[in-house]
Amino acid sequence: MYRYTEFDDAFVRTRAAQFRQQVARRIDGSLSEDEFRPLRLMNGLYLQLHAYMLRVAIPYGTLNSAQMRQLAMIAERWDKGYGHFTTRQNIQFNWPALKDVPDIIDALADVGMHSIQTSGNTIRNVTADHFAGATADEIADPRPVAELLRQWSTDHPEFQFLPRKFKIAVTGAEADRAVIRSHDIGIQIVRNDAGETGYRMIVGGGLGRTPMVGKVIRDFLPAADLLPYAEAIVSVYNQLGRRDNKFKARVKITVHEHGIDAIRARVEDRFAQVRSQFSGVDQHLLRDIEAAFAPPAWKTADTAPFDAAQADPLFRSWADTNLSPHRNPDYAIVSVSLKKPGATPGDATAAQMRLLADLAETLGHDELRISHEQNVILPHVHKSDLPALHAALRAADLATANIGLISDIIACPGMDYCALATARSIPIAQKIATRFDDLKLEHEIGALKIKISGCINACGHHHVGHIGILGLDRAGVENYQITLGGDGTETTVIGERAGPGFSADQIVPAIERLIHAYLDLRAGPVETFLQTYRRLGLSPFKAALYLEVRANAA
Amino acid sequence: MSRQFTPKVITANALLEGDAIWLTAEDTWSRDIADAELIDDEAHAQLRLLFAQSQKDRVVGAYLAEARADGGIPQPVHFRERFRTRGPSNYRHGKQLAS
Ligand code: SF4
Repeated sequence: MYRYTEFDDAFVRTRAAQFRQQVARRIDGSLSEDEFRPLRLMNGLYLQLHAYMLRVAIPYGTLNSAQMRQLAMIAERWDKGYGHFTTRQNIQFNWPALKDVPDIIDALADVGMHSIQTSGNTIRNVTADHFAGATADEIADPRPVAELLRQWSTDHPEFQFLPRKFKIAVTGAEADRAVIRSHDIGIQIVRNDAGETGYRMIVGGGLGRTPMVGKVIRDFLPAADLLPYAEAIVSVYNQLGRRDNKFKARVKITVHEHGIDAIRARVEDRFAQVRSQFSGVDQHLLRDIEAAFAPPAWKTADTAPFDAAQADPLFRSWADTNLSPHRNPDYAIVSVSLKKPGATPGDATAAQMRLLADLAETLGHDELRISHEQNVILPHVHKSDLPALHAALRAADLATANIGLISDIIACPGMDYCALATARSIPIAQKIATRFDDLKLEHEIGALKIKISGCINACGHHHVGHIGILGLDRAGVENYQITLGGDGTETTVIGERAGPGFSADQIVPAIERLIHAYLDLRAGPVETFLQTYRRLGLSPFKAALYLEVRANAA
Repeated sequence: MSRQFTPKVITANALLEGDAIWLTAEDTWSRDIADAELIDDEAHAQLRLLFAQSQKDRVVGAYLAEARADGGIPQPVHFRERFRTRGPSNYRHGKQLAS
């Protein structure tokens, strides 16, 4: 596994020491909030509705067991015994006291972690496919590239004060599990006709107030040109991006206003200038990084215990939903659901984190991943170890078999925590998951992604949910607007708004009507919700959603 | 036409703990909205807000929030303010623990 260099370590330690002094000066009154706020945000410290919140980066969603244990320790010692995994592969601690934050940051540095550039108008945590390095369908592991980008963007002197925040995601597979078309830059590792590996560069995607699907700016970028090309994109954006209006400042608007062709021409110009400044050192570095990401030494064992365990219906159901194909046919990728019906999506207790760390260490080549869908992944588990793994997960209440199903809901913190929220999201997710668990319809319904955001900022990715739910404040009452037909994969589509919103009491019955309509309308059990929606369009679903409301009003 | 002034309280987050607090008539800060000074005069509200904002070493982000008197005791009006008096709905954390 990749470890930070000495340079990284010294940088993180220096920043931690500086921040300790800044906190002390804020507490003794020598810094005002206006002076302190930008400093704390540079270190990922927010002030939310009920407390401070510390956002810690998990670069490309990869953790080892020691790091996971340290997160558990932090949760227990300085928070309320849990952490919240986010859609950007970060972890958030919801309750730290200001005076404790420097100690938390030191504890993070002890395991090579930090909270730098998790806020502010900088290049944020670089995210990647959570199955990276394990999945059967990828051209190459995207994490070395993500790490190269992380090193390039961390403390990049030119890019600390961009017009707005800037998010990069990388995938090595055609199947897009990293939502790359909804990022400022999306990068896909591809192979050209000559068999060379390079990158498809996508720019200007984003959700939020003005959702946009990213556009291809270069269909095939030779591997050696990645950093100069990324530098060219960000510097063109730094110059052109709007600083007069916060709502128009993201690169998606820059691309939209200028057009992708004009942006491409400027980027290519800039690329021609900056390319010579990259002497190729970055490529040597990338070779070293790649070596550090070399796959573990696979074990060889008989997979018979896995086949035998299929006789247990609980195991089989879990294996059907929570396992994905591994590049080594004797292995599987395990998704551990943090979405037990009624639980808060993305929350893990310290005890759960420790158990996951132990399982990763003993059965999973010491690797863990956090997915943007707010679950934990054990990317490398030998099939013979799956029955034991499943039993251990069950004992810790972590064996929920619902990956990709209706109760595997993404929900942002919403107004239970977030100061920007216009409504709550967590209770809606809890109620929907519990309701469909009661109905025992989940497996009948099949693949379905519900995504919930507590405001237009769309951290819960509602625009790309098959069913998206957006919480709003309508005249002092929580109101939930539904979008349908969104898709966050390689066939990204922004969902369509279904019509007027629903109250907190009406939203679960509305979703239920929608699901019953789908079950009636689908061509057969193999046609998914999204396929049915694409075949029939909005109107039959709209009719189901609003029929009852109209009947009641009449 | 000037809109009629509706009653307000002054609220902020505590600097050290980060939790919601309310300004009392005695110039102190309370963790319970029931202790807050209910302000029904606009000019007085502005003065009190200036005072609150001057307490830089104790509070962060002071603002005026709608409130109503319930048996003489200030209560939040908007749901966001109601949540601030309680804590999150997914766990019994925050102020609801004390109540
Ligand atoms: S979508 Fe809005 S409410 Fe949800 S976490 Fe993001 S900013 Fe907060």
